[in-house]
Amino acid sequence: MARRVKPTPIRVLIAKPGLDGHDRGAKVVARALRDAGMEVIYAGLRQTPEEIVRAAVEEDVDLIGLSILSGAHMALFPRILKLLKREKASSIPVFAGGIIPDEDSRRLKKLGVRAIFGPGTSLSEIVSTARSLARGTT
Amino acid sequence: MSGGVRLPPIARAIASGDRRALARVITAVENGDPSAVPVVRALYARTGRAQVVGITGPLGVGKSSLLNVLIAHLRSQGFSVGVVAVDPSSPFSGGSVLGDRIRIAREPADADVFFRSMASRGEEGGVATTTREVVRLLDAAGFDIVLVETVGSGQVDLAIREVASTSVVVVVPHLGDEVQTLKAGLFEIADVFCVNKSDLPGADIARRDLAEMVALGIRRDGWTPAIVLTSALGPSGIPELWNAVRAHEKFLDTSGQRAAANRRRLAREVVGLVRDRVGHELESRLERDPEFQHLLDRVIERRIDPQAAADRLYVARGRRARSQ
Repeated sequence: MARRVKPTPIRVLIAKPGLDGHDRGAKVVARALRDAGMEVIYAGLRQTPEEIVRAAVEEDVDLIGLSILSGAHMALFPRILKLLKREKASSIPVFAGGIIPDEDSRRLKKLGVRAIFGPGTSLSEIVSTARSLARGTT
Repeated sequence: MSGGVRLPPIARAIASGDRRALARVITAVENGDPSAVPVVRALYARTGRAQVVGITGPLGVGKSSLLNVLIAHLRSQGFSVGVVAVDPSSPFSGGSVLGDRIRIAREPADADVFFRSMASRGEEGGVATTTREVVRLLDAAGFDIVLVETVGSGQVDLAIREVASTSVVVVVPHLGDEVQTLKAGLFEIADVFCVNKSDLPGADIARRDLAEMVALGIRRDGWTPAIVLTSALGPSGIPELWNAVRAHEKFLDTSGQRAAANRRRLAREVVGLVRDRVGHELESRLERDPEFQHLLDRVIERRIDPQAAADRLYVARGRRARSQ
């Protein structure tokens, strides 16, 4: 059957895990990804790892972006990665942004977080990294 | 149910409650991926069981918050619920921010709720067809109730009417005066009106304006749209909202209109599919037809008009068809 042929938009989940009310960064990134033609599922504030993983599965996203400024990343991120594995969804790349010390950053990358953006990262860098992660070219 | 017909493995997975399989095939449907076609077709025999309710209204009237409390109400009654929430795509970048999930609070372990956000992907993106197929997938996956949330505008309204047996139109106090309620479009598709944020002042005026509009004329099908006041704070009015939906569903059954509407919808679908195929076939044939190219040249030169070219091609095609 002839169907519309179009490049398929990248679907990305943007969420803020844990107790952290600072969502400006997440919104700025969501907006930038939207303007880059992506479909951003914005899950917003105070998401538990379980909610994030469930949203990722139901929405069948190509990519998960986590924003955190609370300092709880070493507790929450490994849990999210573990749950993704349990749901057989560990093929979905995870990237993160926020306040994450270098030492933690190295450990999180070892655990499987694919990219971590600190303060001052340009939006174009985030967009191009997100795109190549989603398309599996990184 | 499927009469011993063997289902493709992924269709079987969806029918047996595999949510990841369901999510994957929904993506394939959205993308127009041909791999979705055999799955949707194989599952068709298992559809027609879910009750499909549309929830539509302008941006910011609280549809998502209302959905959240409605889902909780339906879960407390033991129904499983599938949700499709459609948000607009940017006409500029093609991107979108799908923010309906943000209002949805529920038990992460509750497998009897499935929530999917969908971007409209523009008018030409076929949101009506996509929505219909996604609703069918949720139906085949066994959800008792499927809720379709859309922003009330353009083709998406149509999509709701094509898939939902009951349409709820959500408004808020001070959305506009009584003349707004007379305008064509959104208000015409409502089987149930929901004045949301009814904790705000002006809810009674909104209700009165709607009631007057409803009383101004009798609908062709004989149904008088119900008007309910709701608030997601509290919440309040949610059982009343659902009762109004059920009353309309009952009306569809007792008046015999469900069967008639269903037949009309499916007729439109089949005719549409045939039209698509004939259209594609015709396009590819005409592009190779020297007569077409010749007539096109004459149209470009302004020696004949486009209608005349179409007449000649149509007659020539009819003659060819008869001689075969």
